[in-house]
Amino acid sequence: MAAKHKYSVLLPTYNERENLPIIVWLLVKYFSEGNIDYEIIIIDDGSPDGTLEVAKQLQKIYGEKRIVLRPREKKLGLGTAYIHGVKHATGDFVLIMDADMSHHPKFIPQFIEKQLEGDYDVVTGTRYAGDGGVHGWDFKRKLISRGANYIVQVLLRPGVSDSTGSFRLYRKEVLEKLVNSCRSKGYVFQIELIIQARHMGYSVGELPISFVDRVYGESKLGGHEIIEWMKGILYLFATT
Amino acid sequence: MYTYILQIPKLFQWLIGVSLFLSIWLAVLLEYVKLDIVDRNKFTILLLPLYLIIAFGCYSVAVIGYRVATFNNCDEAADELKQQIKEARADLSTKGLKFKDS
Repeated sequence: MAAKHKYSVLLPTYNERENLPIIVWLLVKYFSEGNIDYEIIIIDDGSPDGTLEVAKQLQKIYGEKRIVLRPREKKLGLGTAYIHGVKHATGDFVLIMDADMSHHPKFIPQFIEKQLEGDYDVVTGTRYAGDGGVHGWDFKRKLISRGANYIVQVLLRPGVSDSTGSFRLYRKEVLEKLVNSCRSKGYVFQIELIIQARHMGYSVGELPISFVDRVYGESKLGGHEIIEWMKGILYLFATT
Repeated sequence: MYTYILQIPKLFQWLIGVSLFLSIWLAVLLEYVKLDIVDRNKFTILLLPLYLIIAFGCYSVAVIGYRVATFNNCDEAADELKQQIKEARADLSTKGLKFKDS
């Protein structure tokens, strides 16, 4: 399958020492099984827990061709991590996912298949449609997620069922153009990418995925994040 | 045409829609337009914006409630992942990777 294409996985990390080896192992497993050409670009933002040391060990195990390290000095945000990573990507397609194992690499062959099927510029994972879903969420978390998603659907009409999902496959040149035209941060950055993709006339496909909540580490959703999210949504409401 | 409308920020799309509705509503209410049906239903028309807001609110609550209730729980996916984490740790340990807690 897909012998002509090469897929670059961008893995932005911050304190993912426990998760990184597992996610890399799974990525290698599914890429090898599918006979797919790939590279994994690890963008560590100066994690104090030694994520970069673990990444270097992984590079020794799997080789410099497969594991590419592009660390940065300090935490600089997701958007710039993508710009930084895509600059170094040698594949013609770029996969973006979280390194905390909430996104399972087993879906990657399905992303690739979906992309080929519709010749899409972007394929985005959705927790909200088809067989998609979540694990480890209580009623309150589900309500917040569905409520926030509904507000986004009504105000911004992004045209996809899961606009905050960050498990996506992009054509490399499309991602390059999109990241350079987006100014938001965090969750809202993902929404802006999808809205811009539609404004620029790119085709977007959706793939149902399961989302298994962080096995190690804590969730990053707090009061401050909610305020930032609302500001971000209003900004997009007024500008896109 | 559609892509052109898409380029207008959502805020202005909403402002255009709301002001269009309000101008028609006011025109009818203040009898700039004479319609039989209006005279008989004056009170209903007066409260129309309120009714619409309530209806939209009910619709939203129903949609969100339905979506929360039908949100899939991927328990098998979590079990599979747990199993694979064990496999990965065992395999990586034999390849010389050191885990903090092992």
